Amino acid sequence: MTTAEDRYRLLDKQPFVSTASVTSLAGTIHSLREILRHREMLGLLVRRDLKSRYKDSALGFVWTLIRPLTQLVIYYVVVGKFLQAERGIPEFAVYIFAGLTAYSLFSEVIGSATSSIVGNSGLIKKVYLPREVFPIASVGSALFNFIMQLAILLLATVVTWHVPFDVDLLYAIPGILVLLVYGLAFGLLLSAVNVYLRDIGYLVEVLLLLLLWASPIVYAWRFVRDVLGNGVLLEIYTDNPVTLSVLAFQKAFWTSSDSTPYPGLLLMRLVIAFVVGLVLLVVFQRVFSRLQGNFAQEL
Amino acid sequence: MTDPVTAVERPDIVRTKNVSKRFVVRKDNSLKERLVTLGRLGRRHREDFWALRDIDLTIRAGATVGLIGHNGSGKSTLLKVLGGIIDPTTGSVERRGRIAALLELGAGFHPDLTGRENVYLNASILGLSRAETDARLDDILAFASIGEFIDSQVKFYSSGMYVRLAFAVAVHSDPDLLLVDEVLSVGDEAFQRKCMDKIRSFQEEGRTIIVVSHSMAQIQELCDRVVLLNRGEVVHDGDPSVAVRLFRDLLESRRREELGVEGRGGIVEVSAIAQGRQAGDAVQPGDRLVVRAVIDDRSGLADWICAVQIGSELGQIVYATTSKRTGTLFGPLDGRRTVQLVLDDLRLGPGKYFINVSVMDFAGRHLHDASQVADFNTSDDGLSVGVVHSTPEFREVP
Repeated sequence: MTTAEDRYRLLDKQPFVSTASVTSLAGTIHSLREILRHREMLGLLVRRDLKSRYKDSALGFVWTLIRPLTQLVIYYVVVGKFLQAERGIPEFAVYIFAGLTAYSLFSEVIGSATSSIVGNSGLIKKVYLPREVFPIASVGSALFNFIMQLAILLLATVVTWHVPFDVDLLYAIPGILVLLVYGLAFGLLLSAVNVYLRDIGYLVEVLLLLLLWASPIVYAWRFVRDVLGNGVLLEIYTDNPVTLSVLAFQKAFWTSSDSTPYPGLLLMRLVIAFVVGLVLLVVFQRVFSRLQGNFAQEL
Repeated sequence: MTDPVTAVERPDIVRTKNVSKRFVVRKDNSLKERLVTLGRLGRRHREDFWALRDIDLTIRAGATVGLIGHNGSGKSTLLKVLGGIIDPTTGSVERRGRIAALLELGAGFHPDLTGRENVYLNASILGLSRAETDARLDDILAFASIGEFIDSQVKFYSSGMYVRLAFAVAVHSDPDLLLVDEVLSVGDEAFQRKCMDKIRSFQEEGRTIIVVSHSMAQIQELCDRVVLLNRGEVVHDGDPSVAVRLFRDLLESRRREELGVEGRGGIVEVSAIAQGRQAGDAVQPGDRLVVRAVIDDRSGLADWICAVQIGSELGQIVYATTSKRTGTLFGPLDGRRTVQLVLDDLRLGPGKYFINVSVMDFAGRHLHDASQVADFNTSDDGLSVGVVHSTPEFREVP
């Protein structure tokens, strides 16, 4: 048991810490250190999210799989068969699921991060924590679901005898990184703005829907090229980070990718997108820390 | 509460400089409303409210500081600013050491998780590692004493169990600084006792406690320093009993303002002054208190009763008598009459007291009531609290 005197001596050695958020770039490093200090709690938060989500449901985690599988069936049957989008796209199911896996990682990160601050208002109003942990924790639980989906995807490739074990599989890594960095960057921004303007939550839903169809998930990239031509418009379409990641996922997991045209320099585009995403992440983190000072009273 | 430790200089643990907090009260909250009320019109939809103004505080380690003030005086806001939960608009807050805040209970409890899972989560929010929590789990469970409920979901807990578990986690997180907001009033009496004991041992261990409470008795019992806030400004900072007295004066003047107690028909004027002292002087134990009531009533009632009560600031009646009990008859009520009641050898404990006066007929019907029409303070020798005065003396006997 520490005596009062020991406690005073220990306290006397500690430097004073200001509670105010640092607004310069040094603040980012400070925030990063704070988050690292709370990494254990971050893990618990992720587990809390996952556990509580399916707590009283009989099927539990199976539900995380049912949703994407249903989506797959709908797109495969409706878009693929009825609308005949599968013409010229072999292994259409795997093709869709590769893109869908990438897209749903992004959409889940954005969706749950946006509501993370408002959803954790009970904590934010009462305890001091680096508030960034909440959007980050939603990235964590989204990643968990993503891994489940990825497992199904790989299983599907095995079942259909198109196991994608070649060098192209490595495309998945920059694909995931780009999704995560943009997901986190926009997740931070949107979660903070959502506190002040609850409309953001609804806006995000609409934008995510738009993003689903703005990426070559249920159709092929070359369809777009055929319509837009090789001009600036195609470049704008292609350099959407979600589109790039979707393309990277298809390259990685869909074995027929070699026989279809893909935008040139995909890897370089991914790297550039990643770097731009990092810059955005830093900028949005600054915005976040500006806005977070008033969270407790706005919630 | 004197501190037994004086050998080591007590370091500062919290410092605030010119801390002000402005709240902007907006009446439009959705995008549509905000677009509609953009610009000049928008300014009409917002109002500035200063919850805190220029607060300068330096708190030394080991102190127990009470924050008091009426509702909306800014005390909870100040606590949140100290805890880093709200950023101040201007000024700075510096602090060091581990902090635990009990601002409304169960912060961080997730209703769908079990008590045990919540303990781990909450402990890690308060800065404990998993290993540290493991080591303290038994203590926490023993303190909360909720038995096998620890493994059921928190949403099935009674509010008392909830509170006990939350408090147990907070006090076992080894904080240097504990912020407590109005939470000691929940839980049953046995648990409240336990909390108070825990706070005492915290004081002995040199931990710093900042507490917000509406219970003046609790504040006086626990704190060695009290900060009185009024409309976001510090009115008094220091001696607890002075702060509590000032606070009661403040409350009383506000209440009078709101009620417009002056000039109520019937009972016109009431005063309570100790014989040989001035109005406003503290009444000493053993004084002769003279209560004088002026009654203006021309109803011509043949016989009537005057009743006088002395109430504590909590509204508890500590003394009451009537002219019927004493067998005094005043004759018909026709015009302005002055009644005097002498209370000999009055010995009341320290605090503020109020006088209630009623005029009744012999059927017991109240004709005029005037509650808390006059007040007086009694002297405080610092030796005791409560409503009864007696000189204490401790001695060990074989």
